Amino acid sequence: MGDIKLAAENFRKLLGIEAEPEYWDVEKGHIKRFAQAIGDENPLYHDEDYAKKTRYGEIIAPPFFLIDAGLVKLVDRLVEMAPELANINGSTEIEFYQPMKVGDRIKTVAKLANVEEKIGKSGPMIFLTIEVTYTNQRQEIVAKCRNIFIRR
Amino acid sequence: MSKQVYYEDIQIGYTLPVLIKHPTPRQLVMWAGASGEFSEMHYDKDFALRMGFPGIIVHGMLMASFLAQLITNWMGECGNLKKIKTVNRQFVLVDQEIYCNGKVIEKYEKDNEHLIKFEIWVEDQKRERCVTGEAIVSLTSQEMN
Repeated sequence: MGDIKLAAENFRKLLGIEAEPEYWDVEKGHIKRFAQAIGDENPLYHDEDYAKKTRYGEIIAPPFFLIDAGLVKLVDRLVEMAPELANINGSTEIEFYQPMKVGDRIKTVAKLANVEEKIGKSGPMIFLTIEVTYTNQRQEIVAKCRNIFIRR
Repeated sequence: MSKQVYYEDIQIGYTLPVLIKHPTPRQLVMWAGASGEFSEMHYDKDFALRMGFPGIIVHGMLMASFLAQLITNWMGECGNLKKIKTVNRQFVLVDQEIYCNGKVIEKYEKDNEHLIKFEIWVEDQKRERCVTGEAIVSLTSQEMN
């Protein structure tokens, strides 16, 4: 168990600061590997001929595909700031507005929205809320994600 | 893919066919690679124990993805997953069978959309709910066809 108070103070320095936007290209092979990792055989995620006949007209990505961009990077940074504390994924909330298609360029903007110290069964812990907005190359919002991580 | 589901076909209390998963160490490694989530507690047992976990645990996002799979493969191509929320309540150890569930708790129309709200959850071997949450889907209405 590390020093929770000190870690919380350090996290608070990042509160509300939006990370530099990052750009992320949606690739066919990546979508396929992602769907395989879930064990989701929906042809929309790998079969071009099939996807062409759907309203999407091309291969799309499974809903959680977007976590690879934006979210993971900020989480990694927060983990590195206090490597002695465990990092537990508490909850995830995503609103979807547009599908992600092969060839899309997604802009992600992530920020640490809240830092809260709590006392749990195992002792003191910190709840970190991260918010990420995803926008595509047509300036359409693709999704908004709000994730809470627990450090203890 | 399943055949198209219409808003009118679905009643409150409707339960989705259970999706059974068995996340192996291999699957967790595949997930880490595909999602970029490389935290050691999902593949390094010594690390997991040192950090106070009961062993190698399954990624919360992977279980959330299982629940998304349950919903999206059921709703068919004309359905839209609008929102999903998952809360991780208990650690799930790798290499055990888990059960992904969904049950309709609300149906309503809003902004010309026909929406279905699901309660969703993942059960472990002891039939305890390790992940709980909600999902909202918009479906095609037969009236619009």
